[in-house]
Amino acid sequence: MVLNRVTVGRIAALARIDIAEEEADALAAELGAILGWVETLNEVDTDDIAPMTSVGGHSLPWRADEVDDGGYPDRILSNAPDAAGAFFAVPKVVE
Amino acid sequence: MMRRLGVADIRAGLASRKFSAVELVQDRLAALEDAEALNAAVTLMPERALEAARVADRRRAAGEPALPLDGVPVAVKDLFCTEGVRTTASSAMLEGFVPPYESTVTANLIAAGAALTAKTNLDEFAMGSSTATSYFGPAVNPWKARGDGRPRAPGGSSGGSAALVAASVVPAALGTDTGGSIRQPAAFCGVVGLKPTYGRCSRWGIVAFASSLDQAGPITRSVRDAAILLAAMSGHDPRDSTSARQPVPDFEAALGGGVRGLRIGVPLEYRVDGMPDELDALWRAGAGWLKEAGAEIVDISLPHTHYALPAYYIVAPAEASSNLARYDGVRYGLRASADAIEEQYARTRRTGFGAEVRRRVLIGTYVLSAGYYDAYYTKAQRVRRLIARDFEQAFGKVDAVLTPTAPTAAFPLGEKMDDPIAMYLNDVFTVPASLAGLPAVSLPAGLDGEGLPLGLHLIGRPFDEETVLRAAEALEAAAGFDAEPEFVR
Repeated sequence: MVLNRVTVGRIAALARIDIAEEEADALAAELGAILGWVETLNEVDTDDIAPMTSVGGHSLPWRADEVDDGGYPDRILSNAPDAAGAFFAVPKVVE
Repeated sequence: MMRRLGVADIRAGLASRKFSAVELVQDRLAALEDAEALNAAVTLMPERALEAARVADRRRAAGEPALPLDGVPVAVKDLFCTEGVRTTASSAMLEGFVPPYESTVTANLIAAGAALTAKTNLDEFAMGSSTATSYFGPAVNPWKARGDGRPRAPGGSSGGSAALVAASVVPAALGTDTGGSIRQPAAFCGVVGLKPTYGRCSRWGIVAFASSLDQAGPITRSVRDAAILLAAMSGHDPRDSTSARQPVPDFEAALGGGVRGLRIGVPLEYRVDGMPDELDALWRAGAGWLKEAGAEIVDISLPHTHYALPAYYIVAPAEASSNLARYDGVRYGLRASADAIEEQYARTRRTGFGAEVRRRVLIGTYVLSAGYYDAYYTKAQRVRRLIARDFEQAFGKVDAVLTPTAPTAAFPLGEKMDDPIAMYLNDVFTVPASLAGLPAVSLPAGLDGEGLPLGLHLIGRPFDEETVLRAAEALEAAAGFDAEPEFVR
């Protein structure tokens, strides 16, 4: 698997991780090597095999759609990098 | 001498009033400070631990029945949220994070009377097999090779927990295991590490890595102590939608039953190229011990074993990239300053995540991205089913499976750091059980030629930790592992 720096840039943008210009080539080689290794899975015939999407095959439990927790914004905001009143604060998003 | 006391010894010592819980916890807190060179603890909790000890002592003085873990000092991997005590996942991203809630598993331990003494070092976000990707620097294995002064890796990701138990600083510690993160460090450090069945212990309040694989478990110095801890940790939790509605058996009562009549499988695919002779010999010895104790040894095949590791390195990073999307600098954790929010996200994640975490998030993002999802992620899920099916078929013939835990003994600190795939290969024997969600234990079974511990690994049927523990107890008795690391000699 060969990755180029353009692909690495695209993945990094999707992952919202800044990548420095000078590390793109090294990352492309590193990620390419890992992807090349995992591609050994192509040796396995999985034509009639359903993807395993849960462990032990259990189904997710249901509950009533009711609020059963909350009402303590101070605790929720106690770790906020920035807050205003009962809200998280971020740089201006809409002009 | 309180150093070597295990969980069961502490229970007996407190009951016969040989010492008080406060005396014990004070002694163990002092030991934690003396073990600073191991870099195994990232946060100490002396007040919290002493308060739990005082409560346990008061309970005894009042003639109330003792709780299962009354006064037992337990160290906790810094991946479990602890209310009011910073929880970092050994990441710069969460360096200042103080959870306003307690994880279910630690809450269960507290309710059982345990004195939580420290938060332990781990690979950043539990991603690694050496505890060297920690933001706080590597933890150190208390063991050294004979005639070789180089510090060794304790394994990972629960390396801090395993190192503290091996150094007899605590009788027990909590770890989490996604692909081997309890069992491999247990093997590297010469202690017992148990990964329960997926769903046995609640994941609520554990910093998530790969949600279909993550499972909490105990690290101890004996199989009995692992059983005692597991009983206190387990149980259904409505706050974890994958928590199993299964009754919690009396795991300790399962011990002492022996292995007579049990069928133990030895999978031929685990005899990998380049396996050290001593490890192969120990594996054969383990099968021999079980046979002598009355078990039947059965050769089995788990044909897709070779594909477990590559499947894991698609599934786990995919889930990680999704789980770690929450670290965006908005609600908690680190925030890098920027004028625009998109820039703030990208800069925060660049600054807050270390190289291995970034690598896995990028791999995960790629295998989930449009055009690649089926080729990588769906393919890996299909292979995962085949691996689970291999075990289902094997468990038609055998009651448990015996393998080595890790392909090597502890390597020197810093090794394999520039070769991700070489590091990933540490988990070659532990990952299949993780993908299948099965219970598995590693126990110390001998020393290699350099005097470093080697582990044997038992895998059981879903929710049959009892058989795993019984077989482990038989191996433990036969191996008679009583060596101590250089750090405590």
